Amino acid sequence: MPKMKIDGIDIEVPAGISVLQACEMAGVEIPRFCYHERLSIAGNCRMCLVEQEKAPKPIASCAMPVMDGMVIKTNTPAVKKARNGVMEFLLVNHPLDCPICDQGGECDLQDQAMAYGYDRSRFHENKRAVPDKDLGPLVKTSMNRCIQCTRCVRFATEVAGVEELGATGRGEQMEITTYVHKTLSSEMSGNIVDLCPVGALTSKPYAFNARPWELRKTESVDVMDALGSNIRIDTRGAEVMRVLPRVNEDVNEEWIADKTRHAIDGLKRQRLDRPYVRRDGKLKPASWGEAFEAIAARLKDVPGTKIAAVAGDQCDAEAMVALKDLMAALDGARVECRQDGAALDASVRGAYLFNAGIAGIDKADVILLLGTNPRWEAPVLNARIRKRYLAGKVKIALIGDTPVDLTYPVEHLGHGPSTLRDLADGKLAFADVLKGAKNPMIIIGQGALRRSDGPAVLAQARALAETVNAVRADWNGFCVLHTAAARVAGLDLGLVADGGIDGIYAGGEKGDIEVVYLLAADEVDTKRLGKAFVIYQGHHGDVGAHRADVILPGAAYTEKPGVYVNTEGRVQLAKRAGFPPGDAREDWAILRALSAALGKALPYDTLDQVRQRLVKANPVFGAIDQQAPGAWGAFGRSGDVAEAAFVSPIGNYFMTCPISRASQTMAECMANRQPQAVAAE
Amino acid sequence: MLNDNDRIFTNLYGFDDWGLDGARRRGIWDNTAALLAKGGPAIIDEMKKSGLRGRGGAGFPTGLKWSFMPKEVGDRPHYLVVNADESEPGTCKDRDIMRHDPHMLIEGCLVAGFAMQAHAAYIYIRGEFYDEAVKLNAAVRQAYDAGLIGKDACGSGWAFDVYVHRGAGAYICGEETALLESLEGKKGMPRLKPPFPAGAGLYGCPSTVNNVESIAVAPTILRRGAAWFAGIGRPNNTGTKLFCISGHVNKPCNVEEAMGIPLRELIDKHAGGVRGGWDNLLAVIPGGASVPLLPKSICDDILMDFDSLRNVQSGLGTAAVIVMDKSTDVIKAIARLSYFYKHESCGQCTPCREGTGWMWRVMERMVSGDARIEEIDVLHDVTKQVEGHTICALGDAAAWPIQGLIRHFRPEMERRINESKTRRIAAE
Amino acid sequence: MSMITADPQDVPHVQSFTFAPEYLEKAKEQIAHYPPGRQASAVIACLDLAQRQAGGWLPRAAMDHVAQLLDMAPIRVYEVATFYTMFQLKPRGKYLLQVCTTTPCWLRGSDAVMKACRSVSGVGPGEISADGLFTTVEVECLGACVNAPMMQINDDFYEDLDEDSTHRLLEAFKRGETPKPGPQVDRQTSAPVGGPTTLTSIPGGAAPRDR
Repeated sequence: MPKMKIDGIDIEVPAGISVLQACEMAGVEIPRFCYHERLSIAGNCRMCLVEQEKAPKPIASCAMPVMDGMVIKTNTPAVKKARNGVMEFLLVNHPLDCPICDQGGECDLQDQAMAYGYDRSRFHENKRAVPDKDLGPLVKTSMNRCIQCTRCVRFATEVAGVEELGATGRGEQMEITTYVHKTLSSEMSGNIVDLCPVGALTSKPYAFNARPWELRKTESVDVMDALGSNIRIDTRGAEVMRVLPRVNEDVNEEWIADKTRHAIDGLKRQRLDRPYVRRDGKLKPASWGEAFEAIAARLKDVPGTKIAAVAGDQCDAEAMVALKDLMAALDGARVECRQDGAALDASVRGAYLFNAGIAGIDKADVILLLGTNPRWEAPVLNARIRKRYLAGKVKIALIGDTPVDLTYPVEHLGHGPSTLRDLADGKLAFADVLKGAKNPMIIIGQGALRRSDGPAVLAQARALAETVNAVRADWNGFCVLHTAAARVAGLDLGLVADGGIDGIYAGGEKGDIEVVYLLAADEVDTKRLGKAFVIYQGHHGDVGAHRADVILPGAAYTEKPGVYVNTEGRVQLAKRAGFPPGDAREDWAILRALSAALGKALPYDTLDQVRQRLVKANPVFGAIDQQAPGAWGAFGRSGDVAEAAFVSPIGNYFMTCPISRASQTMAECMANRQPQAVAAE
Repeated sequence: MLNDNDRIFTNLYGFDDWGLDGARRRGIWDNTAALLAKGGPAIIDEMKKSGLRGRGGAGFPTGLKWSFMPKEVGDRPHYLVVNADESEPGTCKDRDIMRHDPHMLIEGCLVAGFAMQAHAAYIYIRGEFYDEAVKLNAAVRQAYDAGLIGKDACGSGWAFDVYVHRGAGAYICGEETALLESLEGKKGMPRLKPPFPAGAGLYGCPSTVNNVESIAVAPTILRRGAAWFAGIGRPNNTGTKLFCISGHVNKPCNVEEAMGIPLRELIDKHAGGVRGGWDNLLAVIPGGASVPLLPKSICDDILMDFDSLRNVQSGLGTAAVIVMDKSTDVIKAIARLSYFYKHESCGQCTPCREGTGWMWRVMERMVSGDARIEEIDVLHDVTKQVEGHTICALGDAAAWPIQGLIRHFRPEMERRINESKTRRIAAE
Repeated sequence: MSMITADPQDVPHVQSFTFAPEYLEKAKEQIAHYPPGRQASAVIACLDLAQRQAGGWLPRAAMDHVAQLLDMAPIRVYEVATFYTMFQLKPRGKYLLQVCTTTPCWLRGSDAVMKACRSVSGVGPGEISADGLFTTVEVECLGACVNAPMMQINDDFYEDLDEDSTHRLLEAFKRGETPKPGPQVDRQTSAPVGGPTTLTSIPGGAAPRDR
């Protein structure tokens, strides 16, 4: 461990870090623009210059590795002068348009200019004019403001893995561009707005909407995929203005996907803000009492066997446990959370978790993708696989339909179950690669499981994992990648019914099931519910509501506190950033009220009590922010498999839930990205 | 004056055949195997003893640079890279080597490459030197055909390839790490150092980048001995040097002379003197555009070598002598260089990208006098804010000529500003 | 105010580009100079070949073709093509007159050379003359400073120019001739006018060798 002296402070630091990092460890702040800890080092902004004893000129601390005996000074007049100089250069061609710049108030350049800027300009020449670029519906450009730090270029190239952004030209004519006037074909492009230290790249949907100091910031969790990305929801009044990432090294590092960030305008559209009851074939506005009455009337004398409930993909655990309890009270009616019919086995927790953890990707040395397109199912997780690829010495293979560019090279082993079988039987060369791996990882997507031979595929996948020693005391490389934010919690609560969703459809079609309760379940095939009486509780006028006989307006994920369990089994808390519109209410509370109206009052009246109930239902819910490991056991069912290829459940990245389907921004993204991100369904 | 017998570049002007036959007549490729037989360490040692300092401008001791290469070849091959991106304004010496004596360079590549255990040399030649690249390529072909390079270079058992790589117009590629980036197929943007090329250069492999002239003189130094080379010139500034004399002289030319030759002698003897006579001299840029200019008073008795010129706050640089007589608008002459640096800045780091444009624009106003006296100090301050704060030396190179101008010609700058003000007032 | 140009939208649209066999062969020869996997090193060479085939400028289709050939992301090729001055991003005349105007040439009269170019071509810098023959551009030091002023016409250097000799030179091009490159005064390459002051005692050093 090199010992060094920073501003007189003696400090021992890990070898291999930069002087800038060492300074931070010593509590010395170093200004910077181009440096970002998750991107390669560019060393171009020169803001982080410090003095190194015996060096003839100031050094860029971000780029200089620490050495034993180094003496660094950051508070000398020479350093101050160097930084003042750099700041002046950054500002000479930077427009004085802070009052109309969306970065205002959270601008690195503004902040650092306060510390290092002169109070007047010595630059009497004309400022440079740089044409703005069209980077699509999410990123607004104002290229006059660009300070050429190249963070965005490095992000696109390194993290997002779409080599489409560059710096053309040279000298003062250097400009950041795609050169060919196109949108970045990334599902993570919004992150370049966060990375831009100035106002050159700002959020287009958020343009001129708010100032940062007007916003209330709520720390929460995303539900657009099953990753549980940590987010900050910024609201003004009741309105969600924007979503930004929070750092969680184990989950999303500091990235979020574009849908996470930009589907939020969907929260304002097609909302269910009052109960409805279908009368004479038409949905008519109703009061809560009328809605409950209608439900009570229909449920009267219906036996539990003729009632089914389906929990949707973005439900909070509180609502799901209330649904479970209500159905139990209704004479043991069934509850199902696997809307897509995935053959997930709720009896063994290890059977449905991303057991190695998202951060486990960093440790995997062989990765098999099974029926998944992680780029669309979980873009941030895909970026982590790419990061692993960039770190080197990893092999990645895929069994599934012909993939889109996953941003890293993938060996395509085959399309479907027969390839998986051959692999498990050791007939493919890749079997040896898996066996020889230290930490083999098998990522099983819903595309492999949401099919009639799903149980057999699951069994095969388990067999393969065990054969290649992917399941050990110190490593479990059996990793199920979910697409639904609610799914793991649903499985943890045991919301699985015999026959699954298909059984419910069969019952509906045959008339065996008379009442279906859809808890924000909008991915069901409502045409297959037959003549069943449908109660829809949710927040959007989407698929479920259109089929409903009674609508109970619920809350979207930003409007209620809730527990979510991500694909790796990590229990996380979402917080309420605002209230649901109109008469809409938190979902567990609706179920609690309905239970009383049905004369089957659930035994909890407060959120705390619901959460206690949750922990009682499954202790994992008690360990917030923890990734409770999944037990291993026998699961899956041997049987025949079909030849059909594994097809990812996501055919259109931008529209996967009621919120994103209601989002105009997502619609624009879709139109902009045809046909890349939208495969023929 | 240097004796013809001590001149290395005997076909400097191309009177003789540039090809292999001519080269052999001039003693090139004469028992090169014997030079290699000395062994790498001995070759490097001899180069160190010769006192040869890099001829590309910085003057770093060549033998010492070679010794930075790893002693053992690991899993990464070693590379020799020859910097033939001659672009420093005023400089046109490497061009003569490549078009008139390309075998001298190729033989130098073999010797230097062998000494550093490289099996390949890339000669990065500026793209505009088309004819030179054609000749160099032809000479490389001749050398392969004659077995002088290739699988068994000169029968030494050492496999050695030489490739000519053309650039495409970028002064910055003369900076060694920008050159490596360009050679790898990227924009010529200088790399952060460390790592240094000897540790991780071309393709991340140990590499040494040398100027054409430095490499070309190596075989002669080894043949005639370090003592011979070190005996020419002055201590720490040894050997012969190609000088390029341009601008306001009667007979601009390239010439090989001893290091340390008085500037006046160089100009008078070889370039036919200053146009209008020595007393008509205004200033000289002694080492290519990057070094500060010298007023006549210093030119009168300055010696042309690294240390002498450094002592007068200038530099030998590439030994490109740009002469300006009294008819010169010296502010404009330097402003044109400021434009050059603005044009050639790669744009990577802030002080250079923004500073070169700023400096040039202010310089243009200094030319017309459309400025305030205080702005001379602002300009000087700006040059100081660029200098030493960038990844590579281009920022310094852009700053120094202006600093030199202010140092020696401030009264002229002030006069012009005042005159312009007077004119404006009179016009009102 | 400096405005950035060279936007591919402002130039003629070229639908497609592929290397002709003889160019492809040369490209492959260049690629072979570099270790396996380092084919990007040949990008400058390939762009130069593409520019020659495409008639002296680089349409985007040509850059895309080079990107594909070298397995590079197109943006990386665009970066290279816009960084180096020898790549012309828009069409130019048959003869590209690159007049060096950097200080050593300027001191010896590059203004007069520019003037002559404008006079003969009838158009200013960057434009194509009406007859399609000439495009003049001011360039930075071309490395022939002791033969200043000079200009490069396509691949060749024409040196020791003045206004009259530039006129003569360009008129010759107009007539379809290709004047001899090099000094346009009586002079051996970079030697002083009137003959070398050195190498006089070396056979072949200061005059052609007696055979």
